Amino acid sequence: MLKSFDYPHYPFRSTPDQTAGQPVRHDVIVIGGGPVGLCAALDLAKHGRKCVVLNGADTVSVGSRAICWSKRTLEICDRLDIGVPVLEKGITWQNGRVFFGDENLYNFDLLPEKGHQYPAFVNLQQYYFEIFAVEAAEASDLIDLRWRSKAVSIEDKGDHVVLEVETPEGTYRVEADYVLAADGARSGIRRQMGLDFKGQVFEDRFLIADVIMRADFPTERWFWFDPPFNPGQSALLHKQADDVWRIDMQLGWDADPEEEKKPEKVIPRLKRMLGDDAQFDLEWVSVYTFQCRRLEKFRHNRVIFVGDSAHQVSPFGARGGNGGIQDTDNLIWKLDLVLAGTAPESLLDTYDRERIHAGDENILNSTRSTDFITPKNAASRRFRDATLALARKHPFARRMVNSGRLSLPAVLQGSPLNTPDKDAFDSGPVPGAPCPDAPVILDGKQDWLLHHLGGAFVLLAFNPSADLAALAATVGAFSPPIRCLAVGGDQMVGWTTLSDPEGIARTRFGGEAGTAYLIRPDQHVAARWRQAESGDIEAALNRAIGK
Amino acid sequence: MATDTTGKNGLMTEPNIPDPDGFYERLIAAHRDLDEEQSAALNSRLILLLANHIGDQAVLIEAIDEAAKG
Repeated sequence: MLKSFDYPHYPFRSTPDQTAGQPVRHDVIVIGGGPVGLCAALDLAKHGRKCVVLNGADTVSVGSRAICWSKRTLEICDRLDIGVPVLEKGITWQNGRVFFGDENLYNFDLLPEKGHQYPAFVNLQQYYFEIFAVEAAEASDLIDLRWRSKAVSIEDKGDHVVLEVETPEGTYRVEADYVLAADGARSGIRRQMGLDFKGQVFEDRFLIADVIMRADFPTERWFWFDPPFNPGQSALLHKQADDVWRIDMQLGWDADPEEEKKPEKVIPRLKRMLGDDAQFDLEWVSVYTFQCRRLEKFRHNRVIFVGDSAHQVSPFGARGGNGGIQDTDNLIWKLDLVLAGTAPESLLDTYDRERIHAGDENILNSTRSTDFITPKNAASRRFRDATLALARKHPFARRMVNSGRLSLPAVLQGSPLNTPDKDAFDSGPVPGAPCPDAPVILDGKQDWLLHHLGGAFVLLAFNPSADLAALAATVGAFSPPIRCLAVGGDQMVGWTTLSDPEGIARTRFGGEAGTAYLIRPDQHVAARWRQAESGDIEAALNRAIGK
Repeated sequence: MATDTTGKNGLMTEPNIPDPDGFYERLIAAHRDLDEEQSAALNSRLILLLANHIGDQAVLIEAIDEAAKG
């Protein structure tokens, strides 16, 4: 039991599905109620779709696990109405220090660009993230959260999936058009389907300790290579909410995980790190090893894997949870259009294509970080130490120091859903890139651009002339319909018009008068033009939905 | 006709150091009082400094490949 946090216990609730004569068919069943499964459910509800979430547990994540939520995740959460609580409860940070031995080699500042609603990163214990998501899900009539309900068998019937669900009141069968397997790195669904999960195992062990400490350490990310309190290994210190600090210590492959977890072992170790005077309480301790691996494909007909069940990375770089939430962001609008019959089923294969690309980028980055942090041979260690020694004085070497390359949003380059540019752009997000945020004004009130993008296809036009007014009716009648959003220019029927007094949106999009972007429901750019015409827009829309 | 003195990505392998003997002497001198580990560390730092100076990814990779051939 944690000292800073009381676990809520969610009761099992009986469902008519238990006693139905025939298994009840649902549109979508999400297996797993972690951050990724819950975000999938919230996103489906945003599209007006019902879903069932099966969660074998009766509470949120035990121990804090994921702590570092990236800007892109926060923007996705904002669309799902949980971004603000995560931001407010979490710890915003942008500075870090790198130590080599007992020497503070250099400090860094992520120097976030101004004019974005969300910061680069927020640290928050996973259980808080889940609580906000559970509250939002419980408040929705469309989401049926089933606690203490474990999917114990799965069978893909071709045009639907049959699941067997184990509960305190016995087992029942249920059917779904689609199943999202969000059941984590040790996915039972993946195992039952006999799918290979291939990749690299790293022969190393890490100790995670979350401690409660009222300390005057600044809100920074501190990373040590070869510190005096953990010779030859690495260590990381990061602040979370409620005066909880995350400490991550490399132990080496030969460490005994059971032994290392014992308080009599952990506390002296932490005292060597934090100083004899540090007053702290142990909150949660775990020893882990990690692997970088993924499924060969994420979509298996009607069973689609999202998050850690599909791909697993080392924790350096905060790419696990953040990558998983981008999976659902990519998938849910596609699933919605397929279920609606608006898009062909093959659109779901582009989830594979786009997210495998992103997953490989995450695996590559986290593998590189791991190789730097844990050199595999003498030469590798010498280069690592040489880089650190040079980083004392030389900025070029600081760029090479790799204590985790923090998660950045995926640019879906080369995706078949993108319409390549035919007009000249020397700035702005390229097709496949997520849209940048910008401060805007709506009806005299301060607002953010991203609040107006996402959830549906949007045509974003800069200073559109009056002759574009009629476009709103045309594109509004496409399938799926496109909403029209103007930045600058006069109010027009069918358009929402934002003003951009500082010109930040215009600059970030290279928005000359008449420039228009077609933006996907996941806020990624599908196409852009200097002068948009309805024929081009319709072609780009069809391409973006896989038609 | 000019002779091509560079590899496919532009790695220069024709003579390019104005005073090769002087350079070689300094390189050896830097290692004179070092043990094997210290020498290896110095070489690592030197490679990183030179690599940053070159700054051309294709040339660097070509050099790594060429060096690996022995």
